[in-house]
Amino acid sequence: MSKAFTLALSLLSTPALADWQLNMNEGVTALSREIFDLHMLIFWICVVIGVAVFGVMFYSIFKFRKSKGAVAEHWHENTTVEVFWTVVPSIILIAMAVPATATLMDMYDTSEADVDIQITGYQWKWRYQYLDEDIDFFSNLSTPREEIVNESTKNPNYLLEVDNALVIPANKKVRFLVTANDVIHSWWVPHFAVKKDAIPGFINEAWVKVEEPGVYRGQCTELCGKDHGFMPVVVEVKSEADYEQWVADQKAMKLAMADEASKDLSMDELIAKGEGVYQAACSGCHQPNGQGIPGAFPAITGSAIATGAIDAHIDIIVNGKTGTAMQAFKEQLSAVDIAAVVTYQRNALGNTVGDMVQPSAIQK
Amino acid sequence: MATVDVDLPHVKDEDPHHHGPAKGLGRWLYTTNHKDIGSMYLIFSLTMFMIGGIMALIIRAELFQPGLQLVEPNFFNQMTTMHGLIMVFGAVMPAFVGLANWMIPMQIGAPDMALPRMNNWSFWILPFAFLILLSSLFMPGGAPNFGWTFYAPLSTTYAPESVTFFIFGVHIMGASSIMGAINIIATILNMRAPGMTLMKMPLFVWTWLITAFLLIAVMPVLAGVVTMMLMDIHFGTSFFNAAGGGDPVLFQHVFWFFGHPEVYIMILPAFGIISEIIPTFARKRLFGYSSMVYAVASIALLSFVVWAHHMFTVGMPLVGEVFFMFATMLIAVPTGVKVFNWVATMFRGSMTFETPMLFAIAFVVLFTIGGFSGLMLAIAPADFQYHDTYFVVAHFHYVLVPGAIFSIMAATYYWLPKWTGHQLNETMGKLHFWLSFVGVNVTFFPMHFVGLAGMPRRIPDYALQFADFNSMASVGAFIFGFSQLVFIYNVIQNVRAGEKATAQVWEGAQGLEWTIPSPAPYHTFSTPPKVD
Amino acid sequence: MAEQNETKTNRLVVRLATAAIAMFGFGFALVPLYDVFCDITGLNGKNFGQGPAEVTSVDRSRTVKVQFVTVNPADMPWDFRPTVRSMRVHPGEDKNTTFYAKNSTTEWMVAQAVPSVTPSEAAPFLHKVNCFCFDRQPLDAGTDTEMPLLFVVDPELPEHISTITLSYALYDLTDDQKVTQLTLDNDKGRTSL
Repeated sequence: MSKAFTLALSLLSTPALADWQLNMNEGVTALSREIFDLHMLIFWICVVIGVAVFGVMFYSIFKFRKSKGAVAEHWHENTTVEVFWTVVPSIILIAMAVPATATLMDMYDTSEADVDIQITGYQWKWRYQYLDEDIDFFSNLSTPREEIVNESTKNPNYLLEVDNALVIPANKKVRFLVTANDVIHSWWVPHFAVKKDAIPGFINEAWVKVEEPGVYRGQCTELCGKDHGFMPVVVEVKSEADYEQWVADQKAMKLAMADEASKDLSMDELIAKGEGVYQAACSGCHQPNGQGIPGAFPAITGSAIATGAIDAHIDIIVNGKTGTAMQAFKEQLSAVDIAAVVTYQRNALGNTVGDMVQPSAIQK
Repeated sequence: MATVDVDLPHVKDEDPHHHGPAKGLGRWLYTTNHKDIGSMYLIFSLTMFMIGGIMALIIRAELFQPGLQLVEPNFFNQMTTMHGLIMVFGAVMPAFVGLANWMIPMQIGAPDMALPRMNNWSFWILPFAFLILLSSLFMPGGAPNFGWTFYAPLSTTYAPESVTFFIFGVHIMGASSIMGAINIIATILNMRAPGMTLMKMPLFVWTWLITAFLLIAVMPVLAGVVTMMLMDIHFGTSFFNAAGGGDPVLFQHVFWFFGHPEVYIMILPAFGIISEIIPTFARKRLFGYSSMVYAVASIALLSFVVWAHHMFTVGMPLVGEVFFMFATMLIAVPTGVKVFNWVATMFRGSMTFETPMLFAIAFVVLFTIGGFSGLMLAIAPADFQYHDTYFVVAHFHYVLVPGAIFSIMAATYYWLPKWTGHQLNETMGKLHFWLSFVGVNVTFFPMHFVGLAGMPRRIPDYALQFADFNSMASVGAFIFGFSQLVFIYNVIQNVRAGEKATAQVWEGAQGLEWTIPSPAPYHTFSTPPKVD
Repeated sequence: MAEQNETKTNRLVVRLATAAIAMFGFGFALVPLYDVFCDITGLNGKNFGQGPAEVTSVDRSRTVKVQFVTVNPADMPWDFRPTVRSMRVHPGEDKNTTFYAKNSTTEWMVAQAVPSVTPSEAAPFLHKVNCFCFDRQPLDAGTDTEMPLLFVVDPELPEHISTITLSYALYDLTDDQKVTQLTLDNDKGRTSL
């Protein structure tokens, strides 16, 4: 029976990765290992208590059956026993609470950090701002739509991959300042044992000190609307030298971007680029085909804005629309991206306005 | 429970003023009879259980494989939200109220509930509350999609239009629960037969008395929090909006001040039921009756000071984390006492294993497993890893499905012969039990694993490493879901026909309800029995 | 006997119903209670030591890093950032800084900054002597401004805290302001009659 069952399952489930992970990740920081040990300690205490209690119970079930001629005894109280099984669990609980409190105190360590990063949750992406460097970017899910709708094979990092990963140095104390732009999100990386709610209007902090470079993946863990399941967290931990190099590269890239914004692009170039921007930034709400979701998100196809005056179209993308889910995209998209996506929306998805806008004309 | 020696002057109804039930639909609309109302509550609850169950199966079908197959993420969120709301407020709570209606008067020797007309009201507003809630599925923008815990601002600024109907529905079901609770307290405190002292009451009555006080204490707080939401949405206040000086975290504090006692509202009556069934089939008096009562009372009191353990990750100060961790762990002590007492009742008894007993034993084992994961969740530092993952989903489904739901099924099988006058079909009962038992464990046990491995809850699609256990859970869910058809068949079959049941029904059954004939006459204990 | 029981029941029902209504009120009372609780514990990092601290001496033996961060909530189009990202201060000394804001839209707008501090334990020890967040900030279309903040870190700040982060979320209250303005105008109209 069980063999057939497993076989049936393996035939039905995606063959890409058979992973039967049973337990929590030990993680890659001193703190995550401390939490893991605590978890295992409580787990084994529960197992011991469970074996004892269920042991007595199943012994009774097999031994004291009427069918085996068991006759019920008449006692129904015993103060000594009752006091015993009130006091002993209390002592066990205190024994559990002491190491737990010690771990909590380690988590709330407030010593000064080497790198401070502001993490802001948006519906449905993360924004990372390095406080002491001029680095500021958004991190979107990069899994292609085709994989999600089962039109192509899922890659091993399905739903756990982003366009821009958060990069932090190894062996440095990194402090995260977590907040949100719209609703409550929660930033979680299991291997760091860091999970902190991102609350709009309020700021929370957490910290990490990772020993080994590597890539660590997590997800948003607080229901935050439609695409809650599609806003992963990816953290790339680099050695100190690599991290410095990365910071320098980011700054160089920023200059190059400013340069690019002053160049003119052809309509085809804009539309081609715009399609990528649209799928990454707009399709979550307005849908990949531009039809929107009636009652929730308006369609782009045939919309009064996307087919009306181009300045108003640019304005709503740059500044958003108050009182709706339409965000201001000026922080999220470059001038090139905005010019491209505006041109794309006006000349694709069933719209044929025929005009275009250059990056240099975008007033952010 | 004390053994009751009963002096029954009138077993048969001889009072000429009392007639049988009225005929037709009017009987159900205008009835003030506790048995009729109890039956209606139970049928309503079963209907809701099926509707909520279909939603659960939609969720599990979508999660059978990675990728989006059946439903859009927004509809998925509506399903998780509605499944939670319907199961909590539509299935579990009304089922316990139905059992209370049927059994409390019969267990304390009262002719009916203290406030029969209010009883009719508190039932009949309930279907309207759920019609309103369910109708939101067909509204533009869809049904509530913000989770059954409806955290602001997702449920206020960012909610679909239907949130107003959701709020209205919650108000109505809250009113129903409060009226029901007042009625139960009035019945238990004022209508007991002479000689039925508080410490002689069956444990089901005791646990319901305490539950009713919890309901009166926290359902109004729920009404308050949804009213604040309503004001934020429509009247420009800022209780939960940081822009106007409010605080979204305040919502969570108020919600869980209601929410944690609510969890015990759904489990304390279950403790009562199990404490009735185990002694019957062990043919031995319940071990530690008074410690059971004190344990239930202390669980109820502690439930008011542990709410923030649902919020360890919101950024509380260290002192807060430590306080709520300690208070939560403390609950393990009275809960442990109850489990030990049940085991001690079985020890050196003379046990048989009819369907109600099977469900009761499964309850003890599986509820305890849910208790263990609850204890793990109470450890604040570890909770940072468990919070909002499938580990939590596994935990609360273990306490609610093989906990609350199994206890309701156990109670139904236990008292059904008393209600219908027909003996149970044990073969079919056992078939239902074993299918449910296997289904429940195949569904919910793997959720512990994916949760620990890092799968967040409330997601319509997941990373590949979680695929195997998710398909397993989906298979289990369908086994569990469809095996409930056996339950429905069993109940209908038992209502229609069956071997004639005796008054005592079960060999070891003790208590007033077993002194009246089966089926219980329309009016019972018109003249109070005397309990010595 | 039966009648007596009925009055007993009625009395009980009235009491229980009153209790239910009282608990409804208690739900609302949790709002101010929560604020008081936050004041005492700094729970949500919202409630600061307000106004000038009664600081007599500057503790030069200690420096604390104060960081400034800003958040633009959804649909707030202004540019908003601290002019200085962080500064090192001695507890007890007055410090000045500014925040830059620009209304890049084509309409007049009003905004309100909402502060939050982490670690929340430090909130009661960060005194804002003068802050732009005390008032609503109007800005004409396309104009910018530098908004002042004068603060003191209390020397009583617990030893183990070495970094304080002060965050401002800037909310758009333009619609709100228009409504208030309108009611004010109406009131004026009425009094002049």
